[in-house]
Amino acid sequence: MNKYIFYPGCSMEGSARAYYESLKAIQGPLAMELEEVEDWNCCGATEYLSINLIPAYSLIARNLALAAKQVNGTNTVMAPCSACYLNLEKADHYMAERPALGEKVNQALAAGGLHYDPGSVQIRHLVDVIINDIGLEAVKAKVVRPLTGLRIAPYLGCMVPRPDYAKRWSDHEHPSELDDLMKALGADVIDFPMKTACCGGHMTQIGPETAYELIRRLVAEAEEYQADIMVTMCPMCQMNLDAYQGETNRHFGTNFHMPIVFFTQLMAVAFGIDPKQAGFGLELVSAKDALARIGLKAPDTGEKPAAPRKKPEGLPMPKPLPKKYASGQAVVMEE
Amino acid sequence: MSPAETVLTQGAGLKKPEDLTLLHEVADATAGVSHLEMCIQCGTCGGSCPSAADMDHTPRALFAMLRAGMREEVLRSNTPWICVSCYHCVVRCPQEVHIADVMYTLKGMAIKAKKYTDSKPPDFSQTFVGMVETFGRSFELGLASRFYLTHQPLRLPGMAGMGIGMLTKKRMNMLPTKIKNMEQLTAILNKAKTLELSS
Repeated sequence: MNKYIFYPGCSMEGSARAYYESLKAIQGPLAMELEEVEDWNCCGATEYLSINLIPAYSLIARNLALAAKQVNGTNTVMAPCSACYLNLEKADHYMAERPALGEKVNQALAAGGLHYDPGSVQIRHLVDVIINDIGLEAVKAKVVRPLTGLRIAPYLGCMVPRPDYAKRWSDHEHPSELDDLMKALGADVIDFPMKTACCGGHMTQIGPETAYELIRRLVAEAEEYQADIMVTMCPMCQMNLDAYQGETNRHFGTNFHMPIVFFTQLMAVAFGIDPKQAGFGLELVSAKDALARIGLKAPDTGEKPAAPRKKPEGLPMPKPLPKKYASGQAVVMEE
Repeated sequence: MSPAETVLTQGAGLKKPEDLTLLHEVADATAGVSHLEMCIQCGTCGGSCPSAADMDHTPRALFAMLRAGMREEVLRSNTPWICVSCYHCVVRCPQEVHIADVMYTLKGMAIKAKKYTDSKPPDFSQTFVGMVETFGRSFELGLASRFYLTHQPLRLPGMAGMGIGMLTKKRMNMLPTKIKNMEQLTAILNKAKTLELSS
């Protein structure tokens, strides 16, 4: 049994509910024990850091201080969300690198009766613990329904392999971890060149045109490689590519239909768990066709087929003459 | 005077000694050791940036402006607000400049000096932070409705289908979740707001 102090993060209870549900479903087969950080708070995502530095780091450090109190048999804090993972790691790293920061943050924590010494816990991502603690062999042993013939584009997003303060990943730009995990499930894994390219992050909210272009590049590339489905490990990436794919299509007049799900959802179905229990059906771009390739019926997502685009009317232009006038003979006007 | 002599007596093109006050101010206010003064103007950052096309200045140009003390222009630049925090530049920078963290610092400075040119990005961050300071957790529905109604109401009709999808699939909660020990978090944040990193 591998035990972890678990920091879920806000999106696991909302937009990334499919991630949480599938994680709960595979936790048993993988023999993972998760102990949630007691009364954790939001990590501030990428927003608080730009407003006010010390409060932003204190907000993150409250979680680290609470987690450090729960160290018992393990000091590993596991976070499945990329932004949470990076923020926790960032605070731990910078509090040590810049003692002045550590000191100020601890002055703030003291106001709430807390204290955190950097290095007290190790912060790791879910994919990292599955591969390095549980192991690919143990994963393979649980596969009862191999994903043979399913073409997967593995998409990690930015914030886990970069900046990678603790040097845990095989590469900053083309890490192989998620590929290996999907191969262990028997899937046909594409060597996806944009696997760590950016999904646009919060730009879908504040600068949609910047975001649409980044989303378009990703789904266009996945289609180019004839992927059936994209697989991610980041709630933000899933949200942007899934929920904003429709708007991106409208913006560029394209017709992409590229489903994107969490890697845990495919692990669950490979372990023989029902697709519905694995969180399928919660995506907005339906993964039905992809699941059909491995002989599974996906729950209905309620997605309607896109209405055919109307032909633009444009300015009034001269139309070609009707056929009877097209022979070149003189037209006799009727009286 | 020969060009070589000019360089030796006046420095490479400099008419007066460099004033690095602004550069140091930014470096001091950045979490971690920023290495900002180490920038060699190679341009790897701008070349690696997925959103550089929408920026007023590439990160390289912005760092040159910091070195030149162009406070007004730097704080008015949209560059930090277009940064998507993907850390491509950070891992490729040969001088290990903490570029993404410097961008956060510049955003904070622009907010304090009220120099930003587009109010949308800072308001989005402020609204998000407001939710976190009230509940201890983020609250997407509250954030989205408040932000869209104030800033982009015209985008709402096009997004209605997606929003309804998120709500019916329970991917967006109707009500916020509040942490138990909100007094503790408030006390921590209030104390933190009285502290400055560079002081």
